[in-house]
Amino acid sequence: MTTPDTMFKRIVDDASRPDPYPLYAELRRTPVARQEDGTYLVSTYHEIVALLHDPRLSSDPHNREDAPPDLSAEAGLAPAFIRMDPPDHDRLRAQTMRLFGPPHNPARVYGMRDELTRISTGLIDGFAVRYDGGERIDIVDEFAYPFPVTVICALMGVPRDDEHLFKEWADALIQTLDPRLDPGLQRQAMTEMGQYMAALIGRHRQDPGDDMLSGMITEGLLPPETLVTTAIMLFIAGHETTVNLITNGMLTLLRRPEVLDRLRREPELMPGAVEELLRYEPPVHMLSPRGALADIEVAGVTIPKGASVVLVLASGNRDPKRFRDPDVFDPAREDNQHFGFGSGIHSCFGAPLARLETQIALTGLIRRLRDPRLVADPPPYRSNPRLRGPEHLFIEHG
Amino acid sequence: MPDSIAIVGASLAGLRAAETLRAEGYTGTITMVGDEPCEPYDRPPLSKQVLLGQVSAHQTALPERRPLNARWRLGVRAVGLDRDAGRVLLADGDDVSYDRLLIATGVRARPWPNAAEGALDGVFTLRTREDAARLRERLDAGPRRMLVIGAGFTGSEIASACRERGIEVTVAERGPAPLVGALGGALGAFAAAMHRAHGVDLRCGVTVTGLEGDERGRLRRAYLSDGGTLDTDVAVVALGAVRNTEWLDGSGLAAGPRGVACDAGCRAFDLNGIMTDDIFAAGDVARAPHPLYEYQLIALEHWGNAVAQAEVAAHNMIATGRRRRPHLAVPAFWSTQFGINIKSVGVPTFSDQVMIAQGSLEDRRFVAVYGYRGRVTAAVTFNQAMWLDYYRMLIETAAPFPPEQRAMDRPRRIAPGTTGPVPSDVPDPAVLSHGPTIALTGHLPDERQVRLVRYATA
Repeated sequence: MTTPDTMFKRIVDDASRPDPYPLYAELRRTPVARQEDGTYLVSTYHEIVALLHDPRLSSDPHNREDAPPDLSAEAGLAPAFIRMDPPDHDRLRAQTMRLFGPPHNPARVYGMRDELTRISTGLIDGFAVRYDGGERIDIVDEFAYPFPVTVICALMGVPRDDEHLFKEWADALIQTLDPRLDPGLQRQAMTEMGQYMAALIGRHRQDPGDDMLSGMITEGLLPPETLVTTAIMLFIAGHETTVNLITNGMLTLLRRPEVLDRLRREPELMPGAVEELLRYEPPVHMLSPRGALADIEVAGVTIPKGASVVLVLASGNRDPKRFRDPDVFDPAREDNQHFGFGSGIHSCFGAPLARLETQIALTGLIRRLRDPRLVADPPPYRSNPRLRGPEHLFIEHG
Repeated sequence: MPDSIAIVGASLAGLRAAETLRAEGYTGTITMVGDEPCEPYDRPPLSKQVLLGQVSAHQTALPERRPLNARWRLGVRAVGLDRDAGRVLLADGDDVSYDRLLIATGVRARPWPNAAEGALDGVFTLRTREDAARLRERLDAGPRRMLVIGAGFTGSEIASACRERGIEVTVAERGPAPLVGALGGALGAFAAAMHRAHGVDLRCGVTVTGLEGDERGRLRRAYLSDGGTLDTDVAVVALGAVRNTEWLDGSGLAAGPRGVACDAGCRAFDLNGIMTDDIFAAGDVARAPHPLYEYQLIALEHWGNAVAQAEVAAHNMIATGRRRRPHLAVPAFWSTQFGINIKSVGVPTFSDQVMIAQGSLEDRRFVAVYGYRGRVTAAVTFNQAMWLDYYRMLIETAAPFPPEQRAMDRPRRIAPGTTGPVPSDVPDPAVLSHGPTIALTGHLPDERQVRLVRYATA
């Protein structure tokens, strides 16, 4: 591939947001496509999986020739492990995982099951009567946003009442994942959120609870500057992605009443259906650019050292060379090794929680809502092409 | 398509073959013959979670992932094969006829060579769930000191479990270090350090020359080749495995101590080296050529190989001609010991050099890459399994050895005093060889054939 391509521009165009999949199909004709800005887009399953496990592809932006400004550093914070390579990445991630999952804390997520159900049911009860009465409901504002945010607040020990503060920061910081925006805009949000987290950590240090932040403080595993960064990263990651997954899930089911009915009758299919959702309508469409540490040959193309590489996970998820009938949503699909949570050493830290939240959310919604129907199809989308999802999802009793 | 399929060996390979047959639409009879009285169960936990007391030996049943609708002949051993009549002969005098036969009889633990000593109370092997249940019970009773004879993967895992339970352990290993037979001497030195860091009394270059019981037949002492003695009340014999091929004596198949020779499509050879078309082999007992390893016949005692090979064998039992598939999976296995997750891809013994490609020995997390004549042939990860797929791809594409140096987490140094590949120090296979002796007999074209003279002592 020698001619510069403008495919990336077409994908990030707002007009492509409701249905980028035909563009991905076009993109897959050139599995590794150099763009006019020198970035390489990788869009086919087998090439993506190879690169996700390739130790020559770095997640540290400093290894890219087009390295963006380092927001964390400018805010006086250490880098988050999502932007680090082994061995430092492995150490920080493992120490953080001690408070969240196996082997040290295998019961944490599962132990939240009843609480998640209680939160989910409470939110649904909050709008169900209005829904039954014919009112139009926004699934995003009334459920898909407050549910995971309430959960991540409880898990991490962030006061839910501070939403008026952190929502704005989180929205601003999530935009850093939008490749078109000037990262300078988020500087202030990062600084303010860093100060907020540092103060919150101070309070938890005085009066620790059984939340993750308190655990991270009392176990003393992370140096203080890393503690703030890690807390911000987990908190933000627990926001937008799950919001989109739940919303995409409702959208996908509402477009397929027969699948929705089947899941209502056979709720035991829900875990598989959520996996299929992660393949079919994943919340993360592309990863942040990674940097080649060496010349890397993939599918006959040599990605030069220092180049930025964008892995288009949502395209790999629809690759017919990996998935039979990739454009069919099949809740009983077998052999479904999707990229919904990525793969390799940076695979989604919060995946077990996101899975459980989405299973509980969708089960609760379809059980309670009788004859739901979409008000607008496609719904309005957020602009972000990387973390893709509807801005609102209006439904009403049909 | 055949009407009746017999599967001899009702463990992982046999079960997965039966499942594949049904998944691919085979509707005829399936007869599963197994010498153990229970339905198929998983063996890897027996030397790990079971000994640690985390799970009972009787809770490792393998799931039946689809209805098999099979005839189960469990608790009865196959004792012979009549290929002319198409029958498997059973120990109870019954027989099972077949159109297609799958040999999946696996291996058994190599017993202590002195039968009387091996029969002492307190002397164990570990292969079956009954073995594991008995050993676990003995560990629960709190032995004074355990002796593990042999420091291969099983022996090392047993020693690890005992140390984790606070039991004093002596390991006697004939070779220069643990795991040498599988990983070579370069990594064996690391394995030895791992044993000692966890308080194992590791004695290398030492064999156990005798086991002695008290007047009531209970083990009390072991004699070592270095002249020493060891007071111990439990000894586990972990000297590897013996392939279950004796029942094929006289069948005319190319079966012996090294396994049942078969082609890449899992079809068994007869003694003359001619392919049978109705008899297949899979799992630990099968020896098949692998193109990545110069088409050498390789037998692999790996969980993943049992699954992959069984699936290919089953497919080929009901497919014909060009629809048949080769078994080409890259070998892989894992072990958990001393708090370290070890995973391997490729064939580490098929190597002349090894290097640490990522991570560090000091931190006990690294990737060791093996090369043979300038290409990558294997990789072993210690707490670095996330990189395995990358190295599998290097093996599959015969990537040059040493591999790309510019990667993340490069080691500071390879080994004391070196900065590059070092000899992998794999034992010469000729020393380990114990093949059968054969003779060519007959003069006329229709009588000339290969005759088995004797099995070499294993």
